[in-house]
Amino acid sequence: MKSKTKGKVLSQKELAPGIFDLKIETVLAQQARSGQFVGVYTRDASALLPRPISICEVSADKKSIRLVYRVAGKGTGEFSSLKEGDDVTLLGVLGNGYDIRKIADIKGDGTQTKALLLGGGIGIPPMLELAGELAAAGVKVVSVMGYRDDKTFLLDEFTKYSETYVATEDGSLGTKGNVLDAVREENLDFDVICACGPMPMLRAIKSFAGEKPAFISLEERMACGVGACLGCVVGTVREDHHSHVNNARICTDGPVFEASEVDI
Amino acid sequence: MIKTEVTIAGVTFKNPVMEGSGTFGSGMEYSEFVDLNRLGAVVTKGVANVPWPGNPTPRVCEVYGGMLNAIGLQNPGIEVFCERDLPFLEQFDTRVIVNVCGRSVSDYVEVAERLSEEKRVDMLEINVSCPNVKEGAIAFGTDKACLENITKEIKAHTRKPVIMKLTPNVTDIAEMARAAESGGADAISLINTITGMKIDIERRRFALANKTGGMSGPAIKPIAVRMVYQASHAVKIPVIGMGGIATGEDAIEFMMAGATAVSVGMMNFVNPYATVECAYGIEDYLTRHGIEDINEIIGCVG
Repeated sequence: MKSKTKGKVLSQKELAPGIFDLKIETVLAQQARSGQFVGVYTRDASALLPRPISICEVSADKKSIRLVYRVAGKGTGEFSSLKEGDDVTLLGVLGNGYDIRKIADIKGDGTQTKALLLGGGIGIPPMLELAGELAAAGVKVVSVMGYRDDKTFLLDEFTKYSETYVATEDGSLGTKGNVLDAVREENLDFDVICACGPMPMLRAIKSFAGEKPAFISLEERMACGVGACLGCVVGTVREDHHSHVNNARICTDGPVFEASEVDI
Repeated sequence: MIKTEVTIAGVTFKNPVMEGSGTFGSGMEYSEFVDLNRLGAVVTKGVANVPWPGNPTPRVCEVYGGMLNAIGLQNPGIEVFCERDLPFLEQFDTRVIVNVCGRSVSDYVEVAERLSEEKRVDMLEINVSCPNVKEGAIAFGTDKACLENITKEIKAHTRKPVIMKLTPNVTDIAEMARAAESGGADAISLINTITGMKIDIERRRFALANKTGGMSGPAIKPIAVRMVYQASHAVKIPVIGMGGIATGEDAIEFMMAGATAVSVGMMNFVNPYATVECAYGIEDYLTRHGIEDINEIIGCVG
């Protein structure tokens, strides 16, 4: 059941320049899972629409969620000043999320699945909850995270759940280049890819995956977040079940799609 | 006991609160948040004779106190609508108004005829005011002869009461209201969105792929109140008012300007409970002011 509800800020810190880590106590945590997102409201009545932000982690006691986001405008700018004890209004939980069982059983032969998790920039945070959930489901997780430079965030936390590699655009850490450059350099093999990041990265991953399954998390300008306004659509290979026009709603049919199913 | 019932073209609504077409789907998505039985009517997303894919993305962006959209009327077409959405709405004790869009007079007529057979449909709302599609829609709503003609054509092909939804993107709204009335419209609704534009100065690009979009939200409310006032003074048929309504107080303001019913539009996206809160807000206002029948306030400012 989705709701618009008040949460309480437990903590906030800056992980890297412009990248904030916000922990919020909220009832939405009870149903939240990897790949889903929440809408966060500003207090500024001129900026009305909820800001879609992916869930980075759900606490073990299912009482709080963690959002790691980049300050990109006045909404996220306001969020970066939230302090412990502040109220924050949320809409959620939104989106389909990753199907952990499907990924774990992707080979269909009962043997352990090797999942390659690829995150680029602000697409990295949702990969953390996913890494944890997959590891708990017995999946062998290999994470490759791509950053602009050595001002990384969350990187050490991936090592709890996975073999972890890093790529930086300027070569200051790990492989010089993007996440796929690191996958090639390290010669990493996989049964399935899960990825979130900028569109050019997702396009490259779709083509790199070839015949192997890849689940990618998409982003688009949104208004309602609940599937009513049809603002955030992506072209689909097959007829979508809502409008029957090969346009799926990213907010509700996604944001996680099988790469072979979407026209990106 | 406060009376909140209003009547439009012989159809009685338990209260005057509806939602703006395109902001509520066919009610399914928001039924998770609100009890649709609490609404005067559900007004569906525009439906055409065949599926429409809509515009490229980005289709939406935020602006000061509102938003721009250029969805382009993506819809599954009348057959899927009748098979899936109407049975869903059947479960609720509320009126059903189906918004109809088209590229040509015959498109509109085809959908209107098809819906005439559907018992669950109480009224049709004809979208001759969408600013985001190139053919049809707004072209019919900005020329008074075209508007009168399409109203006549649709009226000749359906037994359902017809609401013509007007665009604010005209020089004289009163003239357009009169054209709809003389074409035989049973009611008019306004305002649809106001054409706007936003430029992303960092990327030196239009914020919307369509370049222009329709503006909605609280920032347009004074324009909408003014137009509802002018239109309701120009015609005898009832007016359904909308444009930035967020609360019961906003709804009361539109009714005082002359609206018989009101729609919550963009604010559904901001507050998924807005429709029902609006209905409660109206009751609160009437109680506070000792008004027994909501009809007393319609057009009360003169």
